Amino acid sequence: MKILVCISHVPDTTTKVKFINESKTLDVNGIQWVINPWDELALTRALELKDDAANGIQTVTVAHVGAATSDPTIRKALAIGADDAIRVNVETTDAYSIASHLADAIRNENFDLILCGIESSDHNGSTVGGMLAEFLGYPSVTGVSSVTFENGVPLIIREIDGGKEILTVNPPLVAVVQKGIAREPRIAAMRGIMMARTKPIKVVEAQGIDCLTEVVGYELPKPRAACKYVNADDAGQLIALLQNEAKVF
Amino acid sequence: MSVLVFLENWDGKFKKLSFELISYAAKVAEMLDDKAVVLSIGKVDSSELEKLAAFGASKIISIENDLLKTLDDQAYAGIIAEVAGRSNAKVLILANNNTGKALAPRLSVRLRAGIASGVSKLPLSTDPFTVYKKVYSGKAFAHVTIKTGIKILTLAQNSFDLVESPQSFVLEKMDLQPEAGLMKTNVKDVQKQTGKILISDADIVVSGGRGMKSPENWGPLVELAQLLGAATACSRPVSDEGWRSHDEHTGQTGKIIAPNLYIAIGISGATQHLAGISSSKFIVAINTDKDAPVFEAAQYGIIGDAAKILPKLVEAVKEMKSK
Repeated sequence: MKILVCISHVPDTTTKVKFINESKTLDVNGIQWVINPWDELALTRALELKDDAANGIQTVTVAHVGAATSDPTIRKALAIGADDAIRVNVETTDAYSIASHLADAIRNENFDLILCGIESSDHNGSTVGGMLAEFLGYPSVTGVSSVTFENGVPLIIREIDGGKEILTVNPPLVAVVQKGIAREPRIAAMRGIMMARTKPIKVVEAQGIDCLTEVVGYELPKPRAACKYVNADDAGQLIALLQNEAKVF
Repeated sequence: MSVLVFLENWDGKFKKLSFELISYAAKVAEMLDDKAVVLSIGKVDSSELEKLAAFGASKIISIENDLLKTLDDQAYAGIIAEVAGRSNAKVLILANNNTGKALAPRLSVRLRAGIASGVSKLPLSTDPFTVYKKVYSGKAFAHVTIKTGIKILTLAQNSFDLVESPQSFVLEKMDLQPEAGLMKTNVKDVQKQTGKILISDADIVVSGGRGMKSPENWGPLVELAQLLGAATACSRPVSDEGWRSHDEHTGQTGKIIAPNLYIAIGISGATQHLAGISSSKFIVAINTDKDAPVFEAAQYGIIGDAAKILPKLVEAVKEMKSK
């Protein structure tokens, strides 16, 4: 059995974002790039599944769509423990084009389980996993908080509004994973970092770009009004303010 | 042509989110000089379906096929795409919850329709079709132009006010079968939370952080929440420590919410926490550290110890309710 984890390369989540070029482009100056947090958890879970020999997982591959500037992020995934990587060499922010390039690059690789994080922390799209499944004609399950194997069949917990469903889907499938899939992201050890240097990154050239959407500009949130303080000794006053001024009750 | 909005139901009932979606769809339809059409999949009584007309649906299509009891992404996407074709839908609207996140991307590929997900306002313009959406987990907003003939939008919960605009409507029961052999999702068990207000649905959320000091101290926080009809939530360290259930974690990697009022108690306000709650209409912060970043996001603040302040809030709410 082969697992693929799709990874996105995003600014560290503590970044204060700024825009340049008349608010049309992210200012990447000084940004630390990381593996998208949900994708990192997906990778962690894939490696945990591989660690248990009973699951019969031969390889964990990571795939990424982006320019060579994201290679350090891919190396980090290899250092954490992925066996190899595929990078589609194209820069795009449109989810449809990302998913179609991914699908083209992996269609003949016969992955049994494809894990995608539920969203990327940059564009918050929540779309690439589902699109990839549709391009490949695979079933998908979205909002997955647990994947285990029972006799070679993935047993999945899907989070729904107000509860969970426990379900099975025969591979191949795409699982779009969220909080709960792994507890803490796995951290690269020195040995892993050394080994990652020689692990293969297969670079695939993209055939044309087909973007359905375009970001035409960004704006920063309007600053909120200054905080109004209530004295701790008169904490009850807060309730009166919420009732009469904010009118939330 | 039409604006088609897909609705799921919860045990045969709709909820506020459903009405937000129709209110939004009706307004988008008005901008395009079109009609809003609702598609409901699953077993819902006619009386429940009729409630939808009050928010501007001119046509309600209901599909009750037993095979569709389970959400199977492929089967559902096939049905919705078929209905979108039959209704000549120009815009397709879904919720930005796990169901919408499961279906919208598949529909995008099937219909070759560009998506903007998590929109919170009406489109900025319809030609070009440009919408406003949150990016970088609320640290910025993007104007996104969708360039295809069919557009798909997913609406963020609690971001669009209900608009009552009663319509005369047509209710059509449609019998559509999922494509043969497509139901691949085999649900073995369902575990539902009962008797608890869902964090994502709640108008008021009372949330505790490490400043609560220990799990035994949650009593007054829960009491405050109960008195306010609020859901309880917590910060990531609290759920990681196992003080509260993971279901309660709000923040970038937990639940992203937009209640009317969010009360953060003993939460310092790490960027990742604020990313999950920044869309709240009002934020109250209670913290001993006057320099805690949570006060920059809050409209109301109290500098002090949660253990001393919570009982005073509980008293004040009881007094308010007794009047």
